[in-house]
Amino acid sequence: MIYAKLFWEFFQTGLFAVGGGMATLPFLYSISDRTGWFTHEQLADMIAVSESTPGAIGVNMATYSGYITAGLPGAVISTIGLISPSIIVILLVAAFLSAFHENKYVVGAFYGLRPASSAMITAAGLILARVVFFAGDFGNPLNVKAVILAVILLAFTNVITFTRKLHPVIWIAFSAIVGIIFGY
Amino acid sequence: MNIKLLADLFITFAKIGAVTFGGGYAMLPILQREIVEAKKWGTDEELADYYAVGQCTPGVIAVNVATFIGRKTAGITGGIIATLGVVFPSVIIITMLAGVIQAYASLEWVKHAFAGIRVCVCVLIFNAVIKLFSKAIIDRKTLALYLVILAGAVFLDVSPAVFVVIAGVAGIILKQGVKQ
Repeated sequence: MIYAKLFWEFFQTGLFAVGGGMATLPFLYSISDRTGWFTHEQLADMIAVSESTPGAIGVNMATYSGYITAGLPGAVISTIGLISPSIIVILLVAAFLSAFHENKYVVGAFYGLRPASSAMITAAGLILARVVFFAGDFGNPLNVKAVILAVILLAFTNVITFTRKLHPVIWIAFSAIVGIIFGY
Repeated sequence: MNIKLLADLFITFAKIGAVTFGGGYAMLPILQREIVEAKKWGTDEELADYYAVGQCTPGVIAVNVATFIGRKTAGITGGIIATLGVVFPSVIIITMLAGVIQAYASLEWVKHAFAGIRVCVCVLIFNAVIKLFSKAIIDRKTLALYLVILAGAVFLDVSPAVFVVIAGVAGIILKQGVKQ
């Protein structure tokens, strides 16, 4: 039963992904590896679409992967799966709001969860970097065209002051055009 | 049950979901305008509290804040309706786009475009990691935890949920040794 499986996978993602939209990424890679519902390449495309459209990135990625897996019902079920744990937890927490975020166990847990979340997103980034720069295997020659574009983008988004604050959608569109013109 | 209020919650949060790119903090100014100033469903202080708790609970912050405000305005049903409202535009927009992209994915120029876009996504993830890293890795213990989990995530075939549970427990234990 694909819908029940989709719901359960995204329920777990919603329950354990801590620290914003990108935190769902390690879970999506794990789903991709275990189920084969979508490929790593499709995941990269999902991130681009999710960053370029309105709405929370985590929600957009759940909707997209649900759609690829099982059409419109899949999209709806994945999204509901992702948000269900949030709804349950928040409705429980709302009753004792201020006591919660000052609780020493909650503070302690997040002291550990934040570095873990950063580490897992780093690992997801490395998997994508292997696909983008080495065609999926570090034994392959480096893709020089991809490196040049990456260096340009890094400069625009971090170093050059007046372009630093521009929305990611601009860089995604820029990269699409570069990809078409130079045949990536 | 107040159907009019529930409909108002759904429409207001759907509007917010449709105009915010990125969720999280990108949503805050729009929430202040729509929820605090226009609808008076909450105060600036309450929003700040919801964000604080939204960061200490699992899930997407935009969703958490919608649940809070909906619950406060119209009880548990309100919480659920507001949350469904904020994700509604995503479902519509993404489903339409995903269909279009799948239909044209085999065209040569579309493949080139997405090959370029993947490079950009790599850079966006790198930038997101840098931003998170600077807030999360605040001392030697958090750096050690980062390196251990990174090695685990790269070399072990384990569900990320396992790392999350381990990191949460490790955080509670390690934090006991840190006196502020």
